[in-house]
Amino acid sequence: MSETYTFTFMKEVSSLLHAADGNPFPMCVQCGTCSGSCPVAAYMDYTPRQIIAMVNAGLKDQVMESNTFWYCASCYQCTVRCPQDISITELMYALQRYSIWKNRYKEGMIGPAFSEAFAKTIVRTGRTFEPILAPSYIFSFKMREFFQEIQNATELMLKGRLPILPPRIKRLDNFKRMIRRILPMGGAE
Amino acid sequence: MKEFAYFPGCSLEKLAISYHTSTLETSKKLGVKLQELEDWNCCGSTTYFHIDELLAYTLTARNLAIAEKTGLDVVAPCSACFKNMFFTAAHMKEDPDLAEHINFALEEDGLNFSGNTKVRHLLEMFAQDVGPDEIRSKVTRPLEGVKVAPYYGCQILRPRKDHEEVENPRYFEDLLSAIGATPIEYALKMRCCGGSLIISSRIAALSMVRNLLQCAVDQGADMIATACPMCQVNLECYQQSVNQEFGTQFAVPILYFTQLMGLALGIPKKKLGIGKELVSASPVLAAL
Repeated sequence: MSETYTFTFMKEVSSLLHAADGNPFPMCVQCGTCSGSCPVAAYMDYTPRQIIAMVNAGLKDQVMESNTFWYCASCYQCTVRCPQDISITELMYALQRYSIWKNRYKEGMIGPAFSEAFAKTIVRTGRTFEPILAPSYIFSFKMREFFQEIQNATELMLKGRLPILPPRIKRLDNFKRMIRRILPMGGAE
Repeated sequence: MKEFAYFPGCSLEKLAISYHTSTLETSKKLGVKLQELEDWNCCGSTTYFHIDELLAYTLTARNLAIAEKTGLDVVAPCSACFKNMFFTAAHMKEDPDLAEHINFALEEDGLNFSGNTKVRHLLEMFAQDVGPDEIRSKVTRPLEGVKVAPYYGCQILRPRKDHEEVENPRYFEDLLSAIGATPIEYALKMRCCGGSLIISSRIAALSMVRNLLQCAVDQGADMIATACPMCQVNLECYQQSVNQEFGTQFAVPILYFTQLMGLALGIPKKKLGIGKELVSASPVLAAL
C-alpha cells in the first residue's frame, strides 16, 4: 500500500455513508454535546463523543467490541445539536453496517440478529411480520424478559392487535427483481 | 377539499389498528380525503439502515413512486416511515446519481420517482395543513378538563427537515387545545421512547420509558397522546415491565392523537378503536 493511500478505519466507515450530508468526522471538536444529549449514553460502553474520537484515532478493535452503536436508538438528538454538523446517527448506522458485513460484534448483542431477521422478512414478503421476528431475540432474553414478552403477546392477541397471517405484497416478483438490481441477495433469499 | 395519498405502514395493519381506524374516521369528519397507496411495501424502518443504505432508500422510493402516480402529496402516520420517506425524497432530488440508480431498480416494477411528491406526517397534516381553527370549528364534544401530555418523540422532528423548530415545537399543544383538552408542559416531550431498543437493549429502553412516564405524571398528565405506533407500544405495552423493574405503579393511558380528535369531533369510541388499549382509558374518559 502506498504512503499516500492509507485506508484508515475512519475512511472505511465514511465510505459506508451514501447520502448523509454531514461534515467529515475529523471535524469533531470533542465538545460532548452529543453525549450530553444522548438518552442511552449511560448504558453505552463508550459515549458518542468517545466513539467519534476512537474512530478518528483508528481504534477499530475497541470500537467494534463496544455496544455503543448497537445501543443507538436513532433518535437524532445528537445530530440536530452537533455544532460541527456531523451526522452522528449516520455514523452509528455505518458502524452497524460494518459490524454486520464483517460479522463482528460484541458478544451478547441482540441487535445484529434482530436487524437481519427484520431485513430478510422484508426481502421475502415486502412487509414486516412481528411474530416471525421473535426467534431472533427471544432465546437471548432472561427469564423475566421472556415472560414479559409472552404476557404482552397474549394481551395484544386478546385485543386483536397481533397479526396472525404474514402479509405479503401483490407484485412480489417485481419487488424481488427490484432488490436484485440494488444488491446481490446472497443468503437472504 | 384536501386530498392526500396515504401510506399507513406495517404497524397500522394490526398492532396499531386503532391509529388506522381513528385516522380514517377523523379525516372523513374533517373533509380530508385519504387515498391509500396500492400495494405498498414496508419502509424498512430503522433496521434496514443497519444492513444497506441504498436498499433502504429503494424500499421507500417504491412507495414514493406509487404515491407520485396519484399526483397527491403523501401523508404517513408513523414517524419512522415519515422520516424515511422525507429523506429518501430529499436525497433523490439533490443527488441525480442516487436517483438514477434507484430508478433503474424501480423499473422492475414499472415505477419511477421524479422527486416531486411532498411528504407530510399525519400530525403535521392535521395540526398545520388543516389547522387548529378549522378543527376547533368542528368540535362537538370538547375534551374539557382532560390533561394530556403531547408526546412528539423523535423522528417526526429529527433530523431537522428544514429550518423548523426542533427544541420546543408547539403544534401538538395547539392541536390539543383546539379539541378542548389541556396540554401539559413537561421536559421530555421530545425525548426518545427507546424505539427498537426494547428488543435489543431492554433495560436501557425500560428506563427511558420510565423517565418519560414519570415526567408526564409529575406534571399532572391524565394521559399521553402519541403520533407514532412505536412510541405507543413502548409506552403502553411495557408499562407493566417498567412497574416490575422499578417498583413503580404507572397506569397511564397512551392514546393516539387521532383517537382524541375523533372523540372531540363526536365520533363513537368503538369506531376510534378505544377499548383496544392495554391500559384502559375509560377512567379518564368517563369524566367527560
